[in-house]
Amino acid sequence: MMKRDEMLKTFARQRKDEIVVAVYTAAQELTHIQPNDLNYTFVGAMGQGSSHALGLALGRPDKKVVVFDGDGSLLMNLGSLVTIANQAPKNYVHCVCENGCYETNGSVPIPRAGQMRFAELARSAGYKKTYEITDLSDWERKLPEILKDEGPVFVTLKVEAGEAYPENFPRLYSREHREKFRQALARS
Amino acid sequence: MADYPLAAQTIKNEFRRAGIRFVVALPDRVTSHHLLKGLIADSEFKVVQVCKEDEGISICSGLYAAGQKSVFMMQYTGFLDSINAIRGVAVEGHFPVCMIVGLLGKEPDVAPTKSKKYGVKIIEPILDVMGIEHHLIERDSDCTQIAPVIENAFANSSPTAILIGREPR
Repeated sequence: MMKRDEMLKTFARQRKDEIVVAVYTAAQELTHIQPNDLNYTFVGAMGQGSSHALGLALGRPDKKVVVFDGDGSLLMNLGSLVTIANQAPKNYVHCVCENGCYETNGSVPIPRAGQMRFAELARSAGYKKTYEITDLSDWERKLPEILKDEGPVFVTLKVEAGEAYPENFPRLYSREHREKFRQALARS
Repeated sequence: MADYPLAAQTIKNEFRRAGIRFVVALPDRVTSHHLLKGLIADSEFKVVQVCKEDEGISICSGLYAAGQKSVFMMQYTGFLDSINAIRGVAVEGHFPVCMIVGLLGKEPDVAPTKSKKYGVKIIEPILDVMGIEHHLIERDSDCTQIAPVIENAFANSSPTAILIGREPR
């Protein structure tokens, strides 16, 4: 099991110019751990991160898109696995932070917590490659390969809450930051 | 077909005029046979089929953030099903999601609010409450507003709904 913020810090050290879509707690943490104009946090409704990321990946096939989804979020949009696999964007990396609960909404367990494998669902849907990662050293070692793989790639990250970071929902959905993102992406 | 009031080709031409490259869609019985299948067959358009309508709202938003123009085709039932994504992403998030909504079962030349079909009757009032502008398309002559409506949505970064009141052929 990894601390989620440590997992994100490890990613940040290896990040180059990827677009990063993050949802809920991962998004709150990412804005503190690695402020970057190519952070996309404007998902607006639960479960929608993977679909925003698909739009970005299709719209900019030259840019790698990494999404840090949640397990509860993905359960709300499971059909997106099929939609994404059907489009088969080569530049799409779908990471799911599996903590087994709706952390933002009171840490109530998700249905079938710990009893199902998200990577199996993704593989069955048609993702090209899947990973299941439970510890930080494995994440650090496999990340270069994951970022180089032809997508769509799916990665289950077994995580738990780490250090607490201040929540700022208006920042996550800010139109001003969204416009900064668009401009930064247009330049890159 | 010469006397039929609404041609699928006219709508397609308006998409082209508005610079649409991506069409996100979940089959709608009003538009699937002639319009959607025609778009799928046309290499000028990239059709992205979704499993659920809320996905489409977000895919269009991601495409916009990536500098692309898209429309999202769905049936009114899908519009009703994706209200929270429309609220959170398109309205509160100020994304220019252009929804092409088929009003299945609407009686020809009857205003949607006067329809006997409950689901159709409530669409425009819901859009009004959400502050989303809407435009009814029933005839070829209505179609000239499609491209300007789409361009305006992108210029203002706000959602819009184009309601298809009869099957385009």
